[in-house]
Amino acid sequence: MITGKKNIVIFTMFMFLCSGFSAAYADLTDVDQIVNRTNRIAYYQSTDGKAKVNMIIYDSQGRTRERRLTILRWDQPDPDGKAGDNYCGAQKIYAFFDRPADVNKTVFLVWKNMDRDDDRWMYLPALDLVKRISSTDKRTSFVGSHFFYEDVSGRNINDDTHELIKTTKDYYMLKNTPKNPNLVEFAYYEMWIHKVSFVVVKTDYYDKENKKYRTYEALAVDNIQGFPTVTKSKMTDLRTNGYTILEYSDVKYTISVSEDIFTERYLRKPPRTYLR
Amino acid sequence: MKTTDNMAKRIFLVFIIAVALLFSQSLYADDIPVLPEGLMSTPEPTIEDTLPDMPSGLEKGAQTDRNNSDESPVLPEGLSGKPEQSIEDAPIMPVGLGRDSNTKSSIEEPKMPSGLGFPSSSDNDPNSNISKGISSVDNSTENKKQKIEWYKFLPAVKGYIEERGGVRRYDDTYEKETSVGELRMQLEMEKQLGTFLFQNTIDFYYDSVPENQSVNLETGKGYIDLRELSVSFSAFDFMDIVAGRQILTWGTGDLLFINDLFPKDWQSFLIGRDTEYLKAPSDAIKASIFTDIVNIDIAYTPKFDSDRFISGERVSYWNGARIAGRNSIIQTNIPDNWFDNDEWAVRLTKNLNGNEFALYGYQGYWKSPGGMDSSTFKYVFPRLNVYGSSIRGQVGRGIGNIEAGYYDSRDDSRGDNPFVNNSQIRCLVGYEQDLPWIVSDLTAGFQYYLEHIMDHDDYLKKLPPGSAATDQDRHLLTFRFTKLLWNQNLTCSLFTYYSPSDNDIYLRPNITYKFTDDLRGEIGGNFFRGKYSHTFFGQFYENTNVFVAIRYNFFTGVL
Repeated sequence: MITGKKNIVIFTMFMFLCSGFSAAYADLTDVDQIVNRTNRIAYYQSTDGKAKVNMIIYDSQGRTRERRLTILRWDQPDPDGKAGDNYCGAQKIYAFFDRPADVNKTVFLVWKNMDRDDDRWMYLPALDLVKRISSTDKRTSFVGSHFFYEDVSGRNINDDTHELIKTTKDYYMLKNTPKNPNLVEFAYYEMWIHKVSFVVVKTDYYDKENKKYRTYEALAVDNIQGFPTVTKSKMTDLRTNGYTILEYSDVKYTISVSEDIFTERYLRKPPRTYLR
Repeated sequence: MKTTDNMAKRIFLVFIIAVALLFSQSLYADDIPVLPEGLMSTPEPTIEDTLPDMPSGLEKGAQTDRNNSDESPVLPEGLSGKPEQSIEDAPIMPVGLGRDSNTKSSIEEPKMPSGLGFPSSSDNDPNSNISKGISSVDNSTENKKQKIEWYKFLPAVKGYIEERGGVRRYDDTYEKETSVGELRMQLEMEKQLGTFLFQNTIDFYYDSVPENQSVNLETGKGYIDLRELSVSFSAFDFMDIVAGRQILTWGTGDLLFINDLFPKDWQSFLIGRDTEYLKAPSDAIKASIFTDIVNIDIAYTPKFDSDRFISGERVSYWNGARIAGRNSIIQTNIPDNWFDNDEWAVRLTKNLNGNEFALYGYQGYWKSPGGMDSSTFKYVFPRLNVYGSSIRGQVGRGIGNIEAGYYDSRDDSRGDNPFVNNSQIRCLVGYEQDLPWIVSDLTAGFQYYLEHIMDHDDYLKKLPPGSAATDQDRHLLTFRFTKLLWNQNLTCSLFTYYSPSDNDIYLRPNITYKFTDDLRGEIGGNFFRGKYSHTFFGQFYENTNVFVAIRYNFFTGVL
């Protein structure tokens, strides 16, 4: 019996150790926590940043179009500093187009709001025109690519309900269902989130007939200044087989870009120090 | 004995769960996306065989245990890890950690999309055949990057060559059948010297329609249209200056202008040139001052820049008694004394939570002929002050705007001079939004515009007998529909001006297709219809035209 008791004690200790050990590496089970961290990794790393974006758009017949732009990002600071990893607030985005030639020097300015539709402006240099753009249609092609505006700027996590479908060796698999299905073209989408880094590796969009019609894939991830960053991704339209490859280069975080850059002044006068 | 039983039970349970997990893993294996380059896999060697191939830059669990037992993943290329970090901490590297090219992965490559390679992180890996193929792609990407860097030091030139031809749909007694027939090359150059940015845009063109081809840089007639020649710099942190020839625009209307009194090229607009030519250049100095309270723009034009107005040369018009054209080209007397006949335009703006408020002031002259010299019968540009304001912001799901301006005709402040325009109130209300619930990439816009003539009774009293009177209120509605198709390479748009009070209409349909990123074709038209010949759009009925254009954009260097 003594040995038995001893056994129990040892076993309990062992189990305790194991559980302690596994707790440190435990899979998350709280779906909101997964969603928040994923959203942060995808759109909110550091407090600002810049990147050069190169997009090659392949149509169903293999013809290509190229877009080249530089993106600056500024995040509204966390007002009370308490949200930590879950913080996702307003953002400002400045996109300066380089290629093709007919859109060169065109600037696209977005104020991403949490509580209402985004504010969007487009600056057309030939007319010196600051055009205000309606932003209801978030799920329309971004500059002719297979990426939507919402893919680039981030879909509001409160627009969907999220379910953790399964947890695999490498991934959390989430099913996201829109709260208002009339505003979107999908019935739901499934995300494969890398467990360690919270990088979205794959997203499949399903239509009302439960058929997969659109797929996002992360093709390359780089660690930049400590931030796991998708540097190459692909969006495929499975109905037409057209796809877009999006590459980020010259990614820099924490560039201390001033909020002032995201105003009409710098539409007319591109901030060269940041765009170079 | 009981405890050992329990233990056995527990072990059995753990075993069952493990098997179930394994089984479920193998079931899911087909759906599981391949990890991209740069992401590491969580180690779980026992089920390795059931899992998909890993892409380059990723480690599988089995290869990961170098410094740590079996829990800590190896970091992907580009990271040098602290192996003792916990999983949660592992990917989030402290700032300042450098690349460690030794941490190469040695795993199998993922399946590549057809016609595509992506930069490999494992090109040192002798086991990877694909990665060797990729490494060349990698190099070319490097070369490309270097090239781009190198381009930056070249003087940048951007531009296009365009052929544009258009014909009138009806016989116009006074104008040629060809409305536009031109070959155009635009060159745009930019050079930054220290804090000064020099910009130059110049159009060289040959237009077969006009008979006089002599170059006039003021009107853009002849072979050259100098559209921009300016220097810009920041005089202070809070002040930007642009001096020289430049295109200036402000205000909120869509192809309607109230407080934007910078010159317009109505002739280009009506004969079917690209919309960018509606804005004629100003020779001005613009100072913009940015403060926390308000932003101020001041544009000073030392010598009056009139519109490139309808003169009869290219577009027939109502001359007060009948339709006229080349037989009766407008003779004008343009105020042209430097620093005496000058123009001031001021704007104050404030953006409050995305709502844009603006106040405007202008002191100068009617931009298109606004009167007649009763002795010489030349058209004149009487003095004009304009005071106005605008608001623009999100309204519901679209963009709403309101703009108003008081046109103070200073040479006819009482409104009783029949040879000078009366003062006016002009205002507009606009709304634009996209309509994703109907179809994607469709935008619709609507504007209501009013021109109210002050002292209309006096105007009527002094009107020469037999002349067609202008209504006191001119109501105008505009509609815009824009639909993008075929990956946004095809743009179909229709802009309509319709005046219920004048009973006239102006339609601007346009279809533009981008054959490639550099080559685009365009078909469009300008359709006028009116009950009377003297109304604003009705007078242009015989100028109704259709046109085609093809444009090739080219580029050297990076602007």
